[in-house]
Amino acid sequence: MNNAETARAPFDPAMLFKAAFLGIVAIFVLVPLLATVLGGFKSLGELRINPFGLPQHWEWQNYADILFSARYWQLLRNSLIISTLTVTLTLIVASMAAFTFAHVRFFGSSMLLSYLTLGLLFPAATAVLPLFIKVRDLGLLDTYFGVALPQVAFSLAMSVLLLRRFFKDIPYELLEAALVDGCSYVKFFRYVTLPLSRPILATVGTITFVNSWNAYLLPLVMLNTDALYPWPLGIMVYQGEYSSEWHLILAFITLTILPTIILFLLAQKHIVAGLTAGAVKG
Amino acid sequence: MARRIAITSPISVAGEAAPQVAVRGPGWDGRFTVLILFLPPALLLFTLFVVLPIGEAAWYSGFNWNGFGRPTNWIGFDNYRFVLETRAFWLALRNNGLIIAVSLAIQLPLALTLALMLAEKFRGAVALRMLFFMPYILAEIATGLIFSFVYDGDYGLVASIWRSFGAEPPYLLASTDTAMLAVLIVIVWKYFGFHMMLFIAALQSLDKSLVEAARIDGATRSQALRHVVIPLLYPTIRLSVFFAIVGSLQLFDLVMPLTRGGPADSSNTMVSFLYNNGISRMRVGYGSAIGVILFAICVTFAFTYKRWFMRDE
Repeated sequence: MNNAETARAPFDPAMLFKAAFLGIVAIFVLVPLLATVLGGFKSLGELRINPFGLPQHWEWQNYADILFSARYWQLLRNSLIISTLTVTLTLIVASMAAFTFAHVRFFGSSMLLSYLTLGLLFPAATAVLPLFIKVRDLGLLDTYFGVALPQVAFSLAMSVLLLRRFFKDIPYELLEAALVDGCSYVKFFRYVTLPLSRPILATVGTITFVNSWNAYLLPLVMLNTDALYPWPLGIMVYQGEYSSEWHLILAFITLTILPTIILFLLAQKHIVAGLTAGAVKG
Repeated sequence: MARRIAITSPISVAGEAAPQVAVRGPGWDGRFTVLILFLPPALLLFTLFVVLPIGEAAWYSGFNWNGFGRPTNWIGFDNYRFVLETRAFWLALRNNGLIIAVSLAIQLPLALTLALMLAEKFRGAVALRMLFFMPYILAEIATGLIFSFVYDGDYGLVASIWRSFGAEPPYLLASTDTAMLAVLIVIVWKYFGFHMMLFIAALQSLDKSLVEAARIDGATRSQALRHVVIPLLYPTIRLSVFFAIVGSLQLFDLVMPLTRGGPADSSNTMVSFLYNNGISRMRVGYGSAIGVILFAICVTFAFTYKRWFMRDE
């Protein structure tokens, strides 16, 4: 891992210290992850005597059993449905609101924007009991929408802020010219704003997706049927069933975090940009 | 609608008026459409699922209610008294304090040091950044499960290290003395990369000529760091602290697979305390009271922090 750094200036003590420091942190991060992936290839007996090293005997069966089980795919499918619903609705609803705040001057606009940004101040957990009762009264308990709609509502504040900032940078003259040429606001939004905003839409979409894909508390409260569980709930149930068969649990963890890691490698630019976006302006 | 605008627009935009005036003419119909079509979905969803529940939490917190039927058993502020009399509540509050302390004393310096090392370009820097950031995007549930394996007294990594020294392996998560410590280590593992990325983003947008000027004026590397770079990073440091505190106040997912807040409530956070005592037992009034207290803490903190430390942003 740290060959690259040490090779560059092998005799500079500061460099050596730096390389050692980075190496230690890299080990700190990597060891639990590698042990998890490799643990899935071991038998329970081997895991006990050799949790760190490579498996002496590769047990492909652990992974194969999960990959060929309906359960694994059902969990991923549920997660995918909920996340897709959340992302789609968030992008539509937030971009429309952000467009209004960016381009339409009206009485109370800044007040309404501050109202929406209140959502940044507190976590969903504070009101989760009344939220549960609300979702129940709406008849959405134990449905995908019962999870997705509150998730959309809680991701609106951040999404609207990020989108609005981007939309505002679209030259005003463009809107003016379009209006003169008889284009309506709605058409301008559809045919100019949205196509020009692909990078920020991708960023907002990616953050929303990651948050929804990883979410635990809301699905836990809103869903009762195993068949609807997204993977974070499913994996907790799985762990409850196989409480100390760690080799199976580790294989299951590996397979469920795999989609996240693949997505991360594919979309790292958007993920890093999105998740640190608050930094540009709080 | 569009057609009507098309007809009116050339007339009212004919003059070279200020932008606002220019838009008012052609735009009013269009603007109205946008207002009634584009804004309500967001406002409705937000009001329904974010704002109303907070208000309702305040209302429900006055009742002794199990969530079925309508709340009728009004008990005033008793729920708040019950919460404040619960030892577990104060433990949870203390644990949130501990998380913040560790974030400030360990995570922040670690993230800053790594950012300073990795903001420079060298072979492997980008790969290391990505590696350090990776724990942050993993689900907290998965992270918690991975570490419940790491800490496991029979099969875990910690147990194996202990055994190699010939010692009896501890069950870190099962002891009131060590459970919270174990959770804190996982928190640092998971979140330092995020703060590091904040600092790297800030360092890369930093005006390098300032550092060069200091160096030309004879400042050593560490002097330039202490007196130029770090002060320039203050806004980001304040932001990082803000995120650390807000994050600690909503920490829940990570605790559940590790300890569920136990043993004996020793590793509860505010939210896991709320879950264990309000939600999982459907004590709506009591749980709402906890929610309102948490809400009050979050909002008070956010406003004071913004006022005191982030005025300039």
